[in-house]
Parts: sequence; structure tokens; C-alpha cells
Amino acid sequence: MNFWIDLLQSILQTALSPTTAAFVLAAIGLNVHFGFTGLMNMGQAGFMLIGAYGFGVSVSFFGLGFWPALGIAIAAALVFALILGIPTLKLRGDYLAIVTISAAEIIRMTVKLAVLQDVTGGPSGIPGQQYRPVFTELSPLPEGRTTILGLEYANTGVDDWWTRLFAWGLVAFFLLITWLLMRSPWGRVLKGIREDEDAVRSLGKSAYAYKMQALMLGGVMGAFGGIVMALPAAMQPDSMGRPTTFNLWMIMLLGGAATIFGPLLGSILFFVVRLLLTSLAGEFIPGSLLSSQQTEQLAWVLIGISLILLVVFRPQGILGNKKELSFNV
Amino acid sequence: MNQKSQRRRSATRGLLLLLIAGLLSVLGVGGLASPAFAAECTPDASTGCVQGVIKLSSGDPAAGLAVSLDGASESQQTETDANGQWAFSVTEAGTYTVAVDEASLPEGEFLRSAAARDVDVQLNNQASALFPLTDDPDAVQAPAADDDAQQAESSQSSASSFSWSRFWQQFVSGIRMGLLISLASLGLSLVFGTTGLSNFAQGEMVTMGGLLAALFAGLTGNLWLAGLLAVLASAGFGWAQDKVLWKPLRKRRLSLMQLMIVSIGLSITLQYAFQFFFGSGVVRIDRSTAETITIAGVTLTVQSYIAMGVSLLAIIAVGLGLMYTRFGRATRAISDNPALARASGIDVDRVINIVWIVSGGLAGLAGVFFGLVFNGLNWFTGGTMLLMFFAAVTLGGLGTAFGAFVGSMIIGMMVELTNIWLPGDLKYATALLLLILILLVRPQGIFGRKERIG
Repeated sequence: MNFWIDLLQSILQTALSPTTAAFVLAAIGLNVHFGFTGLMNMGQAGFMLIGAYGFGVSVSFFGLGFWPALGIAIAAALVFALILGIPTLKLRGDYLAIVTISAAEIIRMTVKLAVLQDVTGGPSGIPGQQYRPVFTELSPLPEGRTTILGLEYANTGVDDWWTRLFAWGLVAFFLLITWLLMRSPWGRVLKGIREDEDAVRSLGKSAYAYKMQALMLGGVMGAFGGIVMALPAAMQPDSMGRPTTFNLWMIMLLGGAATIFGPLLGSILFFVVRLLLTSLAGEFIPGSLLSSQQTEQLAWVLIGISLILLVVFRPQGILGNKKELSFNV
Repeated sequence: MNQKSQRRRSATRGLLLLLIAGLLSVLGVGGLASPAFAAECTPDASTGCVQGVIKLSSGDPAAGLAVSLDGASESQQTETDANGQWAFSVTEAGTYTVAVDEASLPEGEFLRSAAARDVDVQLNNQASALFPLTDDPDAVQAPAADDDAQQAESSQSSASSFSWSRFWQQFVSGIRMGLLISLASLGLSLVFGTTGLSNFAQGEMVTMGGLLAALFAGLTGNLWLAGLLAVLASAGFGWAQDKVLWKPLRKRRLSLMQLMIVSIGLSITLQYAFQFFFGSGVVRIDRSTAETITIAGVTLTVQSYIAMGVSLLAIIAVGLGLMYTRFGRATRAISDNPALARASGIDVDRVINIVWIVSGGLAGLAGVFFGLVFNGLNWFTGGTMLLMFFAAVTLGGLGTAFGAFVGSMIIGMMVELTNIWLPGDLKYATALLLLILILLVRPQGIFGRKERIG
């Protein structure tokens, strides 16, 4: 019985964790790119890295405060989107896929460079205590610990309510922004581009400019995802690599591309189901049969297979509408 | 002319092509160090990491060295991966002793200083220990405690000194890398040309070839036989993949984007299946120490020379097959215009099936050679190289086989030559940067045609 109560508790913990929120944020950005505009961005993790390191390096190396550092992170993401978009947005969709995935890897390799050890921390990254203080000192919460629904965290600190509040506040903010934008004329043009670019162009709209704006907007959301991911932990180059991008695609497709709440639902499901799989396997399959490492690997094999099945049998995801996703890039 | 006999003839030619590729692969066996990351440890509140990279005196990563960790209440063993990286995670802070087993060093390599170091490890943090190697037994220093940082610096600066002999050595390594890349990217390009699919699982087909070769080498004890079996199995895997997965999906008229994501799912599945069966460490095909030969001032292992020769033969065979056989013409016709090809009586599905077989076989061959030339590979080797394949194919022009070859050679050269001037950890990044720059100027790639854009 205890096992089940513990399990419920860890499900709640996982669903509320800042990492889940970080993936929601990045997936909302990816959804703006792919779901609403039809851009094949295969390098969303690169935007996350840009955001995280833009923030972390500004604070730990240049000694800036929270708001200027945040500004630099956003500006860096905008510039990165511009660099990716200029050569590729006029080309067929798969060019963008290949260029974004390459660019994301370039970023990861660059921040990992041993030469940049003093700035980015090289392969070991930047420890959280070097940039977290500028964030925790903004906390309006009183000292101490609070328990809500059986979850107990410090109000402000490493694993705390303040980070969760900030992370989920950002999620709410960006969900609202996406909802407002996608029902505005601007959003309708984006959807038009997704369905038929030439039709939009014949109406006198610059498809290129709109795609670029969408790429930048989604990129900034990805950058926020990276910051939120790094805030409670440390800045790690390999924690935002290609697997992260692929997981984001899984999350977006699971919840439903081109929907507002798809990324939110997808992210929570993605983390909770993985937790369920590994903890149930850990509880009921004897260790002699499957070590915990092998359970983890099997969980990943299942993730891969479910991604295939999802795209083949329910490409619109849980919340999506099949008609909205019949476009070809 | 009779359609059936035509079809049969093209099938025979296709099979012949495969047979040639297979036979060629039998001729090729050998040993190199592979790019990949396996040794990983992420520090969190309950974990501390100790890690480092060991490089041979030549600057190449040293794979397969035994490293051990002792201290507090723990004692662990690991091996360096294909990048020369090793990592331990500990759950208790304290001082640990990290030691390299001198017996596992390759012949002619010596530890420049102590074989064991004490490291202070804290939770939620990373510590590292350096073990510089040298090929000069006289340069071995008496064990000193605090010289780590200095040695790291000196080894870095020596990597950036330029000489023509070094350039020449790297140039030939570049050709070697280019040939290996072009094996895999040819298949990628053929599949892209005929089906429009950007196959993200191509890297895993490469990994599979190498891992199977290691498995068969253990079973049969003969490298040539193991290589041949691995290539045949990879070709069979290509065939099965098309029959089971891609053909039904084509029938369902999935969009290219959906197919691409299916290939990503397949790539994730395969990667972790490899990890499940082969572990996350370095798997070596040939456990003996490779002999080296010096030709015209370039020192490479015997396996490298064989790999280069066989790759070149396989590439030429595929090229000739594409140009002069009926099957090759059909493939090119489908690449040009699938609808027209179908209307003029080409059995598109069968040609695509053979393209998948060839693609699988070539990728498997590339995997065998990656494993041999870089002295081992792991579950992620193909994943690391995947972007190089994509870069090569895009650079040469999406869907053109000749372009894929030229693109691969450029990327291979780029990867090895930038090594002379830039830190080794940037060598893949520069190749990708080149790709982006060329797309800025010439979006269709070097040999691509304008109509493929937009």
C-alpha cells in the first residue's frame, strides 16, 4: 500500500517539477514553429542552450543582474533564430530541419569547449550556485518551508516553491500569449502559410517575414525553457542535446500539435508515464531479471516505439484535430 | 520488350551489385578510435562526478583504458569510451583515488606522470583528473602532485603547432574519414532521392553494422567473415525495414514530415536496444593491437588502408551500377520524377526496396570500418556521425549520389584538417558550420538543381 501512496506522491512531484515546466515552455515554442507555422525545427534544444547559457554566462561571468541577463538570453535567441532563418526559410522544409539540428549541435559543442572553461565551464558546465542567487533574491516568499498537497519544499532555495511558481507562471503566460496570437490576424496568416504558402503570398503577405517572426517567437519560448531547466539544477551542455529535441517533438505530438494545451498535457504525460513505467518495473520485476539501468533503457525503447505508433496512428495527438495537420512541409 | 524479363534482369543486376558490395566488404577488415560519448555523469543533489579524458600522444582519444576509483565506501571500475572519456558517479563526498591501469595502455604509450591521483569530490559537483600520455619513455616524469594544469596546457598548445608533415598526415586521415562518411551518405542520398525521406535512423544502421561485426568476430574468430556477415545482416535489415515499416507507410500516404519523425522514433528505439544488448561501453571488433604502416610519410593502421581501399571499391561499384545498369537507371528515373517513372512501367516499390538493401549494406560496411579504424564503437557512434552524413548529403546537393560522395569528401577533410588549427572538440562543429555557410551562398548544394528548392 505504501508503494502506491509513494507512487502517487512522486507522480504529483514529477508533474509539478520545474523540468516538466521547462519542457512545456520549449514545446510551446516548437508548437509555434511546427504546429502553427509548419516549420521543421529539429534544433529546439539549441534554443534552450542559447537561453540557458545566455542567462548563466551573463550572471556568472559578466556579473549582470537578473533582468539584464534575461534580456541578453532573449536577444541571443532572437539572433540565433535570425541566423538560422535567413539561409533556410526560403527553402524546402527539410533544409530547415538539417540546418537547425546542425546549429544546435554547434552550440552544444561550442559551450563544451575546454578553451572556454572560464566562461562556460567547459564540459562540466556552470554550477547552479553561480547564477541562482540573482533569481532567488527576487523571491517575495517568506523564509521557511511550505507543504501543499503532501509536497514539501523550501519556499526559496535549490528545490523550492519559488522556482516552481516562476516556471509555471511562465507557462501560463506563454500559453495565454499563444492563444491570443493564434486567434489574431497574425496567427491566421501563420496557419495560412502552413496550409498553402503560395496562397498567402498571392494575397500580398510576405511569407518569409511571417515565418521569421514565428521562428523568433518560438525560439524565445525555447530560451525560457532552457533557463527554467537550468535554474533549479546546474547548466549542463549535454542536458540539452539532440535527445532533448526529440523528446520535445514527442511531447508536442503526444499532446497534439497546433493546439494550445497540447504541449502542457504532452509534457506531463511524458514524464509521468516514464516514471510509472520505471517505478512499476522496479517494484514488480526482480532485479535479477532487469537491472534498473536496463529498465531505463527499455523505457526508452518503448518511447521510441510509441513515437512511431503515435505518428502513424494518431498524428494529431490527444487534443489535436486531424484536419489541421494534413499539411506537407 | 517484355516487361517481366526486364524486371527480372534489373533484379539480377541489383543482386549482382549487392554481391559485389558484399564481396568487397569481405576484403576489408581493420582497427581506429571512434567519436561518441558514453561516459556520462550528471551531478545532482545526491551525486558527485569524477571524470576526465585520456588522449594518446598523437592527440587521438584513447579508448578502452581501464580506470578504477577507490575511496570512502566505494570501489568502481570503468573503461574509457571511444572519445577517451571516462566518468564515475559517487553518492558520497570525499577524497577518492583514481587510477589508470598501466597494463591497458596501448603499446608505445606511457603515462607522463603518476598512474593514480587523489581527487576531492563534492556532491552536486564535478571533479576531474588528468592522465597525460606520451610516446617517449624518457619524457616520463617523476610523479608530481600539482602539475595537472600545466600539462593540460602544454598538451593543448602542442596540438596547435603546424607542420607540413602533420598537414599531410591529417589530409590522408581526411580522405579516410571522407570515404567512410560517403559509404553511409550514399545510402542516405539514394533513399532520399527515391522516397524523399530524410532518414534519421541511418546512423543506427551504421552502428548496427559495427556492433554485429563485433558479435560475429567473437563467434567466428575471423574478422573477414565477421565483416561479411555484418554487411549481409545490415543489407537484410534494410530490406526488412522497407518491407515491414516504410512500404506500408508509403501506402498509407504519410507526409514526409511524419515519415521523418517515424525515422526519429526508430532511431531512439534502436539506440536503446543496442544499449540494452551491448551495454553503453566501447565494443571492439578487433581486440589485438593494430599494426601500423608508413606510406609516403603517413602512418596509419593496416586496417585503415584496407578500409579505404574497400570503401573506394564499394563506392565505385555503386556509382557504376547507378550509371550503367537498368536498375541504376530506374533509380535515377524515380529520383527525377516518381510519377513519370511509375507511369513508364518501372516497379517503383521494388526499386525502392533494392535501394533500401543497398543503403543498409553500405551503412553496415561503414559501421564495420568505423569500428575497426577507430578501434571500437558504441551504441551512439552512428548517432554522432549522423549529422556528418546529413551535412555531406546536403552539401553535395540533396538526392544526387555523386554530390553525396563529393560532399562526404569535403566534410571528411574538413573534420580532420581543422584539427590542426582548432581544438579537437570542435572538429565536427566546423564541418556543420561550413554546411550552413555554403547553404547561404548556394542553397541547392554543390551539385543540386535549382528546382529542388522551395
